[in-house]
Amino acid sequence: MTESIIEVRDLWFSFNGQPVLRNVNLTVPQGDFLVVIGPNGGGKTTLLKVMLGLLKPDRGTVSVFGLPPHRAAHHIGYVPQNVHVNKTFPISVLDVVLMGRLRPGRGWPRHSRQDRDAARKALEQMRVWEYRDRRIGELSGGQLQRVFIARALVGKPQVLFLDEAMASIDAQSRGEFYEILTELNRSVTIVAVSHDMMILSNHVKSVACINRELHHHNSGSITQEMLDEAYHCPVDLVAHGIPHRVLECHKDK
Amino acid sequence: MWEALQTDFIRNALAAGVLVSIVCGIIGTLVVVNRIVFLAGGIAHAAYGGIGLAFFLGWPYVAGTTAVSLLSAGIMAAVTIKAKHRADAMVGVLWAVGMALGVILLDLSPGYNADLMSYLFGSILTVPASDLWQMGLLGIAVIAVVAWYYNDFLAMSYDDEFARLRNVPVTFLYCLLLGMIALAVVMIIRVVGLILVIALLTIPPFIAEKFTGSLRGMMMLSSVLSCLFTVVGFGVSYALNLTSGATIILVAAAGFFLAVLWDRWRHRRRRKTGKTGPADPIEGAQG
Repeated sequence: MTESIIEVRDLWFSFNGQPVLRNVNLTVPQGDFLVVIGPNGGGKTTLLKVMLGLLKPDRGTVSVFGLPPHRAAHHIGYVPQNVHVNKTFPISVLDVVLMGRLRPGRGWPRHSRQDRDAARKALEQMRVWEYRDRRIGELSGGQLQRVFIARALVGKPQVLFLDEAMASIDAQSRGEFYEILTELNRSVTIVAVSHDMMILSNHVKSVACINRELHHHNSGSITQEMLDEAYHCPVDLVAHGIPHRVLECHKDK
Repeated sequence: MWEALQTDFIRNALAAGVLVSIVCGIIGTLVVVNRIVFLAGGIAHAAYGGIGLAFFLGWPYVAGTTAVSLLSAGIMAAVTIKAKHRADAMVGVLWAVGMALGVILLDLSPGYNADLMSYLFGSILTVPASDLWQMGLLGIAVIAVVAWYYNDFLAMSYDDEFARLRNVPVTFLYCLLLGMIALAVVMIIRVVGLILVIALLTIPPFIAEKFTGSLRGMMMLSSVLSCLFTVVGFGVSYALNLTSGATIILVAAAGFFLAVLWDRWRHRRRRKTGKTGPADPIEGAQG
């Protein structure tokens, strides 16, 4: 593959003395569509936040485009897990998206024409431009998710982090949502975490399982050993990556 | 009433009410959307320790109160940033300690009969012209700071995690906000009392939030509502010879309940006509 854009080396992270991540190593190449799955409390969101620079690891290094994460922030788009925060906040959809254009140390000159054009493009791309003047609390979960992805895209990131992106989307919209992600993946590297293995589809290029420790498989397929190690119990439903999509039932051993 | 407006102290009182309303509308909006009402209350009450300190040491009121108010805001900033999950308990401690210190220092001050009431409910009728100048300058400073950092404050208030990712100086803005609260509190206690500070910081923004679509609009509407409550409350106080701080709060409270009722009626009607409204996120969900 092409050059790697995210390098995680010997990463350890603990919260209140409880180990959350143990000796995690991960390399994400440019153009990847990586899905990190694992049980609740397995450290998925923590790993994402460490890669974003929101949490500091105990040991180990993270580099994004060869920089420490907080210095690479302008290359990163982030869609948080909970899109339902602050729903009564008096803010329009457009203003939420414009937040993604903020740069430090910039006061008075408001959002420029370029900012507004970029916001329009991102909202149109996510097919929610018609809601731009709505108050954020008026949108449904699926619409909110699109707005938050638009906010992540408006800064023209080279890598997009999605935390439980499917949680707010109903089953019918998932297909369409995947089309959008696949289209984005042509130019943007995607890293998504989920506890729900339904997120695996034939568009996903590689899969990692995490439960304190990380098991990475960069071929887009997932093995029984990975699941056993990650979940510590047999799991049904295994999706296979490109070029085939295989669902097979694994019996208890 | 009109001849009353001819007198200096009534005009000063009204001018003070308007200036306080503008500052409270802007700061109060940020306090409400950042959910730090309790913290603002803590700063206001801890400032009482500063009043005691000023009298005990024979300092001017503004010096003692500003020092203690900024100090307590600084401690609260440090505590709420470092230990978020127990921040409210720490604020409660500072709140109580500040007031207790104030009372004891006033007890120990020689020959001073502490007029607690005038600091709890203020004495808007005795505002000197010099205070008006200070309040005017504070108002201009608050407007300038909030206008300059408007987008950053908006991002911090809506989603501080995302704001951090965009390299918005969230910690600096948070400390700046607490500092502005501390300065505003000092200025406002003198005029309307610390109970009214809390009322004016919370009631108008809470109403305004329901009827505006942006933070900017919420600040403006809060300031207008605040002016309205202050002026009407002051009129009631003048006509019925009651304590002005208390009448202003009751007028604001009446406005608050009317606004809540109106808001409910508005949504019920909207539901009947088949349109979806802001408070119906579930019904509004189609897509």
